[in-house]
Amino acid sequence: MPARVDKIEIRDVTLAYGSFVVLRDIRARIRSGAVFVIMGGSGCGKSTLLQALIGLRAPTDGEVLYDGIPFWGSGPEARQERLRSFGVLFQNGALWSSMTLAENIGLVLGEFTDLTPPEIRDLSRFKLSLVGLRGFEDFYPSQVSGGMAKRAALARALALDPDILFLDEPSAGLDPITSRKLDELILQLRDSLGATFVVVTHELASIFAIADECLFLDGSTRTMRAQGSPRALLERADDPGVRAFLTRGASGMEPTDPAHAALGNLTKE
Amino acid sequence: MKSHRHSALGADGPSPARLDVEAAGEWSLVVRLSGDWLLSSDVPAFTEIERSIRAGSARRLGFETAALGRWNSALMVFLSKCTDLCRDRGIEMDTSGLPPGAANLLRLARTAADKRAPASGARSATWLERVGEGVLAFAGGAGGFLTFLGECVVALFRLLRGRAQFRWSDTFLVMQECGPQALGIVALINFIVGLILAFVGTLQLARFGATIYSADLVAIATVREMACLMTGVIMCGRTGAAFAAQLGTMRVNQEIDAFQACGISPIEFLVLPRLMALILMMPLLCVFAAAIAIAGGFAVSTLMLDVTPTVYVRRTIGAVTLVSFLLGLGKGTIFGVLVALTGCHRGIQCGTNAAAVGRATTTAVVTGITAIIVSDGVFAVVCSALNI
Repeated sequence: MPARVDKIEIRDVTLAYGSFVVLRDIRARIRSGAVFVIMGGSGCGKSTLLQALIGLRAPTDGEVLYDGIPFWGSGPEARQERLRSFGVLFQNGALWSSMTLAENIGLVLGEFTDLTPPEIRDLSRFKLSLVGLRGFEDFYPSQVSGGMAKRAALARALALDPDILFLDEPSAGLDPITSRKLDELILQLRDSLGATFVVVTHELASIFAIADECLFLDGSTRTMRAQGSPRALLERADDPGVRAFLTRGASGMEPTDPAHAALGNLTKE
Repeated sequence: MKSHRHSALGADGPSPARLDVEAAGEWSLVVRLSGDWLLSSDVPAFTEIERSIRAGSARRLGFETAALGRWNSALMVFLSKCTDLCRDRGIEMDTSGLPPGAANLLRLARTAADKRAPASGARSATWLERVGEGVLAFAGGAGGFLTFLGECVVALFRLLRGRAQFRWSDTFLVMQECGPQALGIVALINFIVGLILAFVGTLQLARFGATIYSADLVAIATVREMACLMTGVIMCGRTGAAFAAQLGTMRVNQEIDAFQACGISPIEFLVLPRLMALILMMPLLCVFAAAIAIAGGFAVSTLMLDVTPTVYVRRTIGAVTLVSFLLGLGKGTIFGVLVALTGCHRGIQCGTNAAAVGRATTTAVVTGITAIIVSDGVFAVVCSALNI
């Protein structure tokens, strides 16, 4: 029986800014079609790890493998080719402000496919309709709300039918209802597209709603402290730091319902 | 579930996408999809199915996808168009024959798209409307600048009374940026201007045997006119643009809104230090610029045109009057005020995106240089009328 090839393998990755080590010895294996969440407190290196995954920051040690093929160890052209199978949603959306929503998507399609302008227009409209923005094709990012801009950015990330979608703090700055709708959208897209999702977040409600597996990073030890499904981490983690994070610091609290845990102490406070 | 893959990563070459439309009973059509429906390969034109539907009287459209290979958004765009066409013609579209992922995506696009965008209502304006809008925009812009100017004057009075929300440390920082750090470019440009004036002037004066007067020409021209004019233009391109970019970026990041929300006047806290810095530094830069330009003229005259250094210096001292010197300083100060005001005004009124910052920077430089040239012309007329 052939060995299982993971969609993504993070193999003993160490990341540093100059001589300052941000993260060391990070290991994780992400299966195809999973929603994998990288979580941890502010400043623990979540976004830095994401940068290493999407080709923006080379690890000082270790390797990232996609479909069993080393990413940083391959040449620039192979890396560029691999990058085209990624979709990235940046924390603030990072839509190009001088272009309409449709142009934001169309630019990527025009650059990397042989589609004609009418085909690009049709495809852009479809991608926007997937995220509930049909009819907003000719709006500029400044003319839509934060939640809509985020969904438009997700549509842009979906432009090239990516194998893997990286979402950096998708719920940041969104109200709870919009945030929940975005979580539902992520799950629907995962189920429909079969794509693998890597999500950086510290929103507990989102983590319990979407994650198949989590990686908990710790800023004080500058490495990973736990890995597993959020429910398993909540029920079995003996690490007080992980428990404190997942229960929003309510030590001794034993929530049976993850949603209750996710909402934390709001009612207590 | 059959997942789709971007073709760049596909192991096999795509097989041709095919589309066959067959009647299934009197009122039904079945679309048979086969092959790989990928963005990177040719897929059948939508007009094929459109023609079949328009030609018949079908009330139901179904799909058969047993022979469908790999698919991605190319198939989804096709199905999305089918959905629109069926809705327009009142045809029931049965998606049960589609791959589950495709059917899900189609459902998602349909349900998520229920909330339609408001109609923009945009229509092309006539030329008369455009002229009118242009005039109104100009009037609005001029009014906005006058308001800004008024606010700056009020802020200056508050500063004089010691009541402005103002930090001298910010002013010293801006003075450092627009003073000492600008010396290099100011020296280079004005030295070359001095060289040019000496060359051109001497060529003309030589016709009358008056080469010696090149020192007078360079001294008067630079002290009264060129030093402050060139320094103003340099500062506009360098410092005015920087002011517009800094304040524009602060506008984009809502930092200016934050000042206002905290009850801090952006005019006093941001504009006043920049205005004061240029008011204080421009006269010094103009003196420096005039000295360097005279040095340029000295170099040309003494090294290449047979004028002795002693004669050149004596004629220069004799040519520069106190009135010319003060006029140069005064004009330089006014130019500094214009650079600060145009740069800060464009930055403060900047839009909220990256392109707007670029526009603010460009218009700050264009407006600033125009204002400098126009005001220099006014100075020339006034000085002529007053016989200065």
